[in-house]
Amino acid sequence: MAKWLVSGPPLLYLLVFFAVPALIMVLASFRTPGEFGGLAPLVDEAGRLDLNTESYVRLLTESVYAQVFVKSAWYALLTTLACLALAYPLATLIAKSPKKHRDLLLLLVILPFWSNFLIRIYAWMIILGPNAALARMVNGVLAWFGAGPVPLLFSAFAVLTCLVYVHLPFMVLPLYANLEKHDQALLDAAQDLGANAWHRFWRITFPLSLPGVYAGAALVFIPALGIFAIPDILGGPDDTLIGNLIKQQFLETRDWPFGSVLSIVLTLAALLLAGIAAWVGRRGAAGAARA
Amino acid sequence: MRRQSPWLWTAALAAYAFLYVPLVIVVVYSFNDSRLNAEWVGFTLDWYRKLAADDDMLAAAGNSLLIALTASLVSTVLGTMAGVALHRYKLRLLPILVLAPIAIPEILMGVSLLIFFVLLNVTLGLVSVALAHIAFCIGFVAIVVRARLAGMDESLTEAARDCGATPARAFRHVTLPLIMPGVVAGALMAFTLSIDDFVITFFTAGAGTVTLPLLIYSMIKISVTPEVNAVSTLLMLLTLLLIVVAAKLSPTLLRSDREI
Repeated sequence: MAKWLVSGPPLLYLLVFFAVPALIMVLASFRTPGEFGGLAPLVDEAGRLDLNTESYVRLLTESVYAQVFVKSAWYALLTTLACLALAYPLATLIAKSPKKHRDLLLLLVILPFWSNFLIRIYAWMIILGPNAALARMVNGVLAWFGAGPVPLLFSAFAVLTCLVYVHLPFMVLPLYANLEKHDQALLDAAQDLGANAWHRFWRITFPLSLPGVYAGAALVFIPALGIFAIPDILGGPDDTLIGNLIKQQFLETRDWPFGSVLSIVLTLAALLLAGIAAWVGRRGAAGAARA
Repeated sequence: MRRQSPWLWTAALAAYAFLYVPLVIVVVYSFNDSRLNAEWVGFTLDWYRKLAADDDMLAAAGNSLLIALTASLVSTVLGTMAGVALHRYKLRLLPILVLAPIAIPEILMGVSLLIFFVLLNVTLGLVSVALAHIAFCIGFVAIVVRARLAGMDESLTEAARDCGATPARAFRHVTLPLIMPGVVAGALMAFTLSIDDFVITFFTAGAGTVTLPLLIYSMIKISVTPEVNAVSTLLMLLTLLLIVVAAKLSPTLLRSDREI
């Protein structure tokens, strides 16, 4: 009784405003787009239920959409790798700092994440802008080599830089949580046995940190895959990702069934990746425990 | 404690610089006496004066505050209930429903709620945005509250029950005061998430309703102006303040090893 009084209201709210809309979207993906956008009536004039798989067929047969998915996955992968490269030294340093400094160092990683998402995108518009120091410098160097000026803003470079910037904390946190638990004695033993710094890292630290790497990779890759604001603001005409495609379907071409199909495929990809990351992470942890 | 290698320090410092230089630039240029965000000309407060006289900006700020207050209030009540329920009972559906909105890409929640509201003939505006914000804030509040409960001595509540308190009384006079820092931290977090949200608001606001992030979006789509720097600086200050207070109240908020 008390159980239902406590869990009932939040459960009901999330059912109505999360689960039901998600189910409606699944249903919408099997319907026909309306004449003026949105959805055509569920039951047509002849009284037949109008459900079909046309939007799914369209996704599978028109290769332009597969290309967008591949491009999104590619951008998300590059973002994940760049985040890993930046986060690893940072997480190592924090994990090896004296305990009293760790919270502050960690707070400094998280704080930018709490500033407004659009402000963080806007900051890169300023930095990469055509009149800013960076663009003048880069193009100055290029001109010296006789190469033409390149725009930094509205390019894949701008999109990727900002993707890395926005997602970096998600990689640092799980990596730190993992590295913090490492036993220094293992590294000391390896050193006594003659392993150099590179070997100690590559043979001990890195394999032990894999669960943290996988968790961080999932936390970066999945949101990066569905992003739309960053390519929308910083990207050029070639930087259309799944997120932009979904936005177009809902707000511009107003083809809701196709937009729903894209959203569902994106969700399934995200869930699949999260599942794989959790599975690999568990297996890695079990392996580390055995070792 | 051994000394770290210099290259580790350099790489970590570079990463911190990467995180902070962009934000510092936004703040610094908000005081710059030039239309272009390109080089420092001189100090001015003009952009803040412009901001204070900009009716669109003030209306958007009003909308954002109204939505954030409503959303944080309702989601704190529902999220606290969810946190308590997750801590005390073995439930099957609630854990999934609480965490799913946090785990899936934000854009999905935005578009599915757009379809939902339009099909139900709910006019898109302040109400639909607030309803959407509540839905994604519940999970964050629930996590913070549950973390607080996990660190609490449950025998205190049981003692109150043994002394004859009804479950409601035991909760009101023993459990709730003990988890209050977690509840307040959750509320501040919900407020911050709501006032900063762009993606879900973008899909559920409709054409007529503008919040601060939506206004910033439409301004930067047209051009870069220091007025955006000024409003960004103020928004960052507000968020910083709220998060520091929330972190003081609930230290687990900043610990990465919490179970999600």
